[in-house]
Parts: sequence; C-alpha cells; structure tokens
Amino acid sequence: MSDIPYRDVDVEGEKPGWRIMEESYLGERFSIWSWLTTTDHKRIGILYLISTTLFFFIGGAAATLIRLELFTPAGDLLTDDGYNKVFTLHGVVMVWFFLVPVIPSVLGNFLVPLMLGAKDLAFPRLNLMSWYLNIIGGAFAVWAMLAGGVDTGWTFYTPYSTAFANSHVSLTAIGVFISGFSTIATGVNMIVTVHTMRPPGMGWFRMPLFVWSIYATSLIMLLSTPVLAMVLTLLITERLLGLGIFDPNRGGDPILFQHLFWFYSHPAVYIMILPGMGVVTEVITCFSRRRVFGYAAMVYALLAIAVIGFFVWGHHMFTSGQSMYASLTFSFLSFIVAVPSAIKVFNWIATMFRGQITFEASMLYAMGFVGLFTMGGLTGLFLASVPVDLHLHDTYFVVAHFHYIMVGGMVSAFFAGLHFWWPKITGRLYPEIAAQIAALLMFFGFNLTFFPQYILGNIGMPRRYHAYPDAFQVWHVLSSAGAVILAAAYLMPLFYLVWSLIWGKRAPSNPWRASGLEWQTDSPPPKHNFLTNPKIEGSVYDYHPAQEPRREVSDD
Amino acid sequence: MGEVEIVLPAASSAAVSTDGKLLGLLVISGLITLLVASLIGLFAVRYRRGSKASRDRLPNWFARDLETVWTLATVGLFVAIFAWAASQDFALAVPPANSVEIHVVGKQWMWKAEHPSGQREINELHVPAEETVELVLNSQDVIHSFYVPAFRLKQDVVPGHTTRMRFHTEKIGTYRLFCAEYCGTQHSAMIGRVVVMAKEDYADWLTRQPEGDDLQEDGKKLFVAKGCAGCHYGSSKVRAPRLAGVYGSQVPLSDGRMITADDEYIRDSILQPKRDVVAGFEPIMPSFAGALSEGELVSLTAYIRSLAETETAR
Amino acid sequence: MTDVEAATIGRTRGGTAASSPALASHFHDLRQQHAAADLGLWIFLATEILFFGGLFAAYLVYAVLYPDGFLEAAAETEVVIGTINTALLLTSGLSAALAVKAAGNDMRRSVMLLIAVTIGLGVVFLGAKGYEYWLDFGHHLYPTSPDFPLAAPPAKLFWSLYWMMTGLHAIHILVGLGTWGVILFQAWRRSFSLTDNSRVRIAGLYWGFVDLMWLFIWPLLYLMGRAT
Repeated sequence: MSDIPYRDVDVEGEKPGWRIMEESYLGERFSIWSWLTTTDHKRIGILYLISTTLFFFIGGAAATLIRLELFTPAGDLLTDDGYNKVFTLHGVVMVWFFLVPVIPSVLGNFLVPLMLGAKDLAFPRLNLMSWYLNIIGGAFAVWAMLAGGVDTGWTFYTPYSTAFANSHVSLTAIGVFISGFSTIATGVNMIVTVHTMRPPGMGWFRMPLFVWSIYATSLIMLLSTPVLAMVLTLLITERLLGLGIFDPNRGGDPILFQHLFWFYSHPAVYIMILPGMGVVTEVITCFSRRRVFGYAAMVYALLAIAVIGFFVWGHHMFTSGQSMYASLTFSFLSFIVAVPSAIKVFNWIATMFRGQITFEASMLYAMGFVGLFTMGGLTGLFLASVPVDLHLHDTYFVVAHFHYIMVGGMVSAFFAGLHFWWPKITGRLYPEIAAQIAALLMFFGFNLTFFPQYILGNIGMPRRYHAYPDAFQVWHVLSSAGAVILAAAYLMPLFYLVWSLIWGKRAPSNPWRASGLEWQTDSPPPKHNFLTNPKIEGSVYDYHPAQEPRREVSDD
Repeated sequence: MGEVEIVLPAASSAAVSTDGKLLGLLVISGLITLLVASLIGLFAVRYRRGSKASRDRLPNWFARDLETVWTLATVGLFVAIFAWAASQDFALAVPPANSVEIHVVGKQWMWKAEHPSGQREINELHVPAEETVELVLNSQDVIHSFYVPAFRLKQDVVPGHTTRMRFHTEKIGTYRLFCAEYCGTQHSAMIGRVVVMAKEDYADWLTRQPEGDDLQEDGKKLFVAKGCAGCHYGSSKVRAPRLAGVYGSQVPLSDGRMITADDEYIRDSILQPKRDVVAGFEPIMPSFAGALSEGELVSLTAYIRSLAETETAR
Repeated sequence: MTDVEAATIGRTRGGTAASSPALASHFHDLRQQHAAADLGLWIFLATEILFFGGLFAAYLVYAVLYPDGFLEAAAETEVVIGTINTALLLTSGLSAALAVKAAGNDMRRSVMLLIAVTIGLGVVFLGAKGYEYWLDFGHHLYPTSPDFPLAAPPAKLFWSLYWMMTGLHAIHILVGLGTWGVILFQAWRRSFSLTDNSRVRIAGLYWGFVDLMWLFIWPLLYLMGRAT
C-alpha cells in the first residue's frame, strides 16, 4: 500500500505551478465580494463545500450530544425536551442541509460542466441563487435552534407538529421550504446542462456515470421536492392561519400528511444516495484501471431506481393502519426497487475483476461504500417485508438501516469523491497515508457505532427515546464508543485537507491517470475550464488496455 | 448496567412466525454480505496492482450473460422473499371466531386500557394466555404506536381513526410495552408492561380489581349526563332514531346507502353526525367532537352495543 | 453577469460564437442558449404542476371522503366573479401569446402594447379577486371564523383549500405581473433584442401555466357546487 505510483506522473511540459494558479479560477486576488457574487460553477461548488461542511459539523455536534446522552439509561445529560430538540436538529440539518445538497451541489457543481467539456452550467446566476437559498434556509433552521429549538422530529408528523408542539415548527419548516427551492434550482440547472450542453461526440450513452447519477438525482429532485413544498405550506398555514387540512377535529386526516410527506421523503432517500453511487463508480473504475462493467446496466439501474423510487412511499406506513393490500403492494415494489441497487453492487465488484487495483484513500472509501451500502440495502429488505416491519418499524433497526445507507454509504462516497477530486479542485495533493488511516478508521468506527443498533432494534428499543431500560445499555455503550472513533475519523480530513492547501505538494493535471474530461485541464482548472477544447475520444472509461499506466509490470 | 439481552421472548403466535422470517432474512442477507465482502477482499488481493494473476480479456458474451443472470437471480430471490413474507399477512388477516376485546386509549403520555367488564389500568395491560386478544385503539391527542416487542407487533394509534391490533398470546410472562411513534416531550416515558397470565389467573385478576363501573354502566350514565337521552329516548319529542337494536344491524342512510352500525359508525355518528344521516331523519344532531374524551366515547359505544345485545336476548 | 459583460468576455476570449450581445459566454450559439432557456422553464413548470398537484390531491381525497360537505361548501363561492375572472385570464393569455408572436417578428411597439394589455387584465383579475376575498370575509367564510356559517366540519376543509388554492394562484399572478412589468420596462428602454433574447417567450410560457392552473381551480371551487 505504500507504493503509490500515480503520484509521480511526469510533469514535463506542464506549465510552472504559479502560472497555472494565476490562470485558475482561484487566481484572482482574493476578495470576499468576488466570491459572494461569483457565477462560476467551480467557485459556487467551493461555497457549497464550505456551507455543507459547516452544517455537517452542526449536525455532528447534535449527534455527539445524542450519543453522550444515550451512554446511560437514565436521561441525565439533557432534559427530555432538550433531547427531542437535539435529535430533531440533527435530522433536519443532516437531511436537508448536508445530505441532499452535498454531492450534487459540491461535486456536481464543480464537475458536471468539466466532465461535459462545458464552460459553465446552463444557468450560472440561478446556480448562485440556489446557494443563497440554501444558506437562507439553513439560517432559518439555525435561527429556530437558537430561538429555542424544534421538537417534532425531522418528519414533522401531524397532528403533533400542527396542534401540539410549542416549539419553533413554522420557522424550521420555512427554512426547509426555502432550501427546497435551492434543490429545485440545482435540479433544473443540472438537467438543462446535461440536455443542451453535451459536447459533440458525447452521446447519452458515452457520458460519465457520475453525470448520469446527477441527472437521475435531478429528476427525482424536480418531481418530489414540490410535493414537500406543498406539504410544508399546508403545515405552516395550519399552524399560523388555522386552516385544518390535517386536523382530525375538523375532518382532516393526519395520515394524509404522511402520504404527502413520504411521497417526497422516500424519493429523497434516492436523492441522497444516487450521487454517491456515481462517485463510487468513477473511483472504482479509476483505481481498478478497468472499464466499468456493464455501463448500460448501470445507467438503466440508476433510472429504474429514480422511477420506481416514487412508488414505494407506503412502506413507511405499514403500521399506520393502511389496508393490507396497499401494504403488500408497497412491499412488493420495495423489493423490486432493491433489484437495481443489487445490480449496481455486482457491477462494481465485477469492475474490480482482473483490474490493476491500488488502494488510495478514495478507493478505500469506495470499497467501504460498497460493503456498507450492501448491508444497508439488505436490511432494507427486512423493513420491506410487512410482518418483519411490524416488529422493526420505528426501532433502532430502522435507525441503523438508514445510517448504513446515509452515513456508511453517502458520507463515505462523499469522502471518496472529495479525496479523488481534491487535487483537481485545489491543485494540491493531500497526505495519502493520513487519508488512508482516516478511511479505515471511519469504516471501523462506523460499524462499531451502528451495528449494535441493529441488535438494539431487534430486541425492541424504539427510536427517539431519551431514557431507556437498563437491559439495552450494553449496546448503547458500544455505539457511543464507536461514535468517538467516528468523530475522530471525521475530524482528521478536516485537518489534513486544510493542511494540504498550504503545505501540500502541487498536483499535476491528472494525478491518478484517470480518464474523463475533467482531468484534461489544469489543476486547478482555469476560469473558463479549458484553455483548449478537450478531446473526446473513445469511451470515458478507456482504462484497459489502451491507457495502462506506464511502469506497469507486464505479466500477460 | 443491566442484564445483557440478545434474544427476545416470543410471546405471541405472530412472534413465532415473524422470528422465522427474521431468521430467514438474516441468513440470506448474511450470505449475500459475506459473498460481497469476500469478493471485494479476494479481488483486492488477487488483482492488486502488479500481481501475477491473469488479466486476459473476457469474451463479450460473458459480460452480457452474467449481467442477465444476476439480474434475474436477484429478481427471483427478492420476489420469493416477498411472497414468503406476504403469506404471513394473509394468514393473520382471517379474523378469529372469538376474541377478548380490550379498548386502549393513548394520550400524552400514558396508555389507558379498559377491559370488557370495566376494569381499568394505566400503562399496564393484563391479558389471558392462549387466547386471541383484540385491542381497539384510539388516540386522544397525537399519533402514538402500541408496541410490544415480545409480540413482534405494533400498531399506530391515530387520532380520528379507530385502529385494531390482534394477537394470539402464547407464553405467560411480563413484557415491555412501548410507544413507538414519537409523541412529544415525554415520549420515552410512555412505557409500561403487558402481563400475559394463565386464563384462570386472568379471571381471578379481573375479580380482584377495584369495583369499577363497567363500561356499559359508565356509558349509560354518560348517555344521560351528556344529553343523548334527551333525543334518543322513546318518550322524546325531538325526532331522533332510537338506538335499541341498532348495533350490528344494517342502517339505511338518507342518501340511499346502507351502512353496518359497528363501533366505527357509532363513533363517527357522535363526532360527525352530519356525515351519515339515517334515512327519514333531519341532520339536527350537534357534533360531540371535543365534548367527549376518548374514554367516554368508548364507554358510550359499549352502552349502545349493549342495547343491541339485550334486545336480541329478549 | 449581465448580458453585456458576458458578451464582452465572449469576444475577448475569441469564442466561435456569433457576436449577438444576448449570447452568454458559456453557450456556443443562440440556438443552444434558447434551447436551454426553454427546457429550463418547462422543467420548472413541471415542478409547479407537482406543487399544485399536492394541493389537488388533498382536495380530491377530501372531496371523495365528504362529497356532501364539499358540495354544500362549494355553493357558497362567488361564482359570478370567478367566471368573470376566468374570462379575464383567458383573454390575457391570448394577448400574452400574441406578444410572444410579435416578439418573434421584432415588432417592438406591438409587443409593448400587448404586454400592457396582459398586465392590465391581470391587475383587473387581482382586483376582482380582492373584492371576492372581501365578500368572503364579510360572510365569515374563513375556517378560523367564530361565525363560520356552515355546520359540517368538511366545509371548513373546503374553505381551507379554497384560500390555499386561490391564494397561491394569486401569488403566481403577482410574480407573473412583476415579470411582465420588468420586461415592458426593458422593451421600452430597448435594453434587449427581441429576437435574440428569449425572455418574452419565457414570460409567455409562465403566464400560460398560470392560466392553466386557474382552469383547474375554477371548476373545482366554483362550478362543482352548482352541478346539482
């Protein structure tokens, strides 16, 4: 693992580092104003990186409090009310201000135009607006927290949220509502860019799979987010103006809220995971030096998830008293939507077959992703089968399941992508050994944190409990111990990535010898992305055998 | 630190069959995880950069066929698991011949249960063993969820709806009861226990309970106190349908439909009297939404049900 | 970035693009730019349809659950004003469509006149809507009113939905009027080329959508109660 060959690609013929830097999008003399009014997709990507990192640490702080509280069975660290507010904050911030925007808006923003050889996204000003909307939405959520918090859980279930909660529900809901517009703006931008700005020679089925994943994600964003916007509007007006759409005392039905909410929120799960799949595909093909296995199957799997994902929302409501036939239909569709995910897992593994695999940090994260996503997906089958779900619904099993997808999957994928494209984004190389240690630490810390929660759920520990019976303590202690390791693993990259900005080695334009148009320009890229038009030859994944890395020991 | 718990007792017939499904899924997904992990591990070692393993190209048909094979295999496996799991739903959907019916009301933050003969308990539920029990669940405020891990069952309790939860008790013992749907500040304090007792012990326990009015008696008093009797009684001047014998019968409605007068209908008629008006009557009854607690509704319904039973008995 | 700035950058970078000042620097040519703008707005309208779709779904669920209550409540809406408003909005849709057509032929005076007509009709629509709201208030037809005239609980649901639907629609009309106003001003200042720039067409598409939504709201809220 110490042999990391692709770093010492020869830099002859490349311009001196200071020239590249000066011509790059980072080169202008620094001024806050130029950053805050930028319409350059790369700079907006950086703005998003900063804001999502900030929200990640706010959400992470809340998670820390939760794990500390649950270390002992009694509710001793926080009050019950305090605990409820903390887990609500954790959910709201992590879902809407970290997981949803993180890959599409940070990496997607930065990379989609580069991967398409374009100069920018289709609507640069809309892009900047989407960042501001995200920030304003987040500010509302944080304001609500500072003003005293919200205690409804991120799901805002009625009638608790409309008629019983005395906390700042409306403020938070307004924040989420605003951030929804940011999501829609990003989605419109991505779709239009992919449709209208592909370069000549890059047909639909020659696009990088990362671009495909962002495209599929944007489709879901556009079709589901408006429904969330409407359900939040109804929620807010019910609280503020006294309309009674969900109030059982006025003929309204709280279950309607759940239908509308999950019609958004289940597809939103795929908003969060599909971009991660795109990142992992790019990383695995690069470090296996193999053409991706089953390109077309990968594309169809993405689209299938995006479409079928809209028809499975009812599996969140098996215990709500919906009819058995509805439950069985949703159960069946939920099993079906797992098939394309399984196909993707097999394809990733098959891509490694007969490769020339190296273990850079991004590859470690990506391999971790495949394993953890598999576990998260398979436990999803438990929850999709009705009788088992009647037992496991709303227990820690569910918590473990979606953290395996969201944290084990999505966050790992984000770190894989961040490390993979860090040289491209900043023009600096990060310290590889430290990054590999962080990746391994994250994998073990994650499993120690969340695996015990599967067991907890199975022995009946319900979600959102501030205090719990003594018998559950062992597993909570393990989980909290894992969280300490996990926290360390998340802080490490923060330090060495920032370190690399100043002391890191200068990155060549293609440190990993990856294919893909984004590697054909300087690191960091010039203001308008490409000084000469990029060449599109062959497939985006032509690793093998034409582009075998040099210094390769020939053995066949 | 309390005793370490890994295995949950299986105290209902559903628990036994759910455990079967759970174990099956565990084995299947464990094997798949093992397969995925060992393939990743194997390839990572065997095809590490520069290793001596063969890198010959695979024929194209191989890739295509492989893709087809694992797609069909996954579809087949998943559909099979679905069908296996769904079979349990169909088995449970058949209503049993006779069951003990207990009314449970969830409110922030306690469970209130009322037995057929009027015994009440809070945050506890005593049920006989080897018996089918049907809980009739209502909520007084927000959504709760009645969860007994040892039964492997939970049922949301939704305001404005009457939900039912049916289980067949198997093992005698004391089990945890949780509220599983987040319901506000003291959600984690909305816990209790379910005691499954031998039938004779249960009968004994019922008699030892403080002499509470039974549900019907309670309902009868409410019927007068809340003014129902003013209209729905034989001598009344206001024209309102008489309630004797109504329960369980088919009632013609003013818009021509027929409806079975069950618990749900009686409850709806009290809360939303204008929705299903009986044919031949004016929609003049005021709504009692907000004027009656969930517990009172349960008692009134029980009383109206008893009117039908005395009728048939006669 | 304004169009002028963008064009300057485009020129200095020696792009292959034609030199219309309306062309933003990151597009190859006007055709690509127009395709992007059109597609962008169509997609945005798709999200709008889903947004209203959530509301229509709620309406339909309750209308099926409580048919009588809804019919009774729907009979209280001001059908005359609603119908006049429908006519106003459809006429404004015509003038908007003609404005788009005229812009394609570079007929600046006609465009300005037609946009002015569209704005005028829209303003009258809002005025009538405001009068109708005032009447509704006078009849205590809002769900929190202590003197709400209808007894059945579903009537309050209907009126909740009435205020939500018409209110959100009115907000969309306001946004449309603002957009038309800006475009009218810019057309008067001659600050953009009618043929190279797609903003009149974009505004026309949006206005068409707002019209269309009203054509769903009108029968649901005003006509349904009169069917019997």
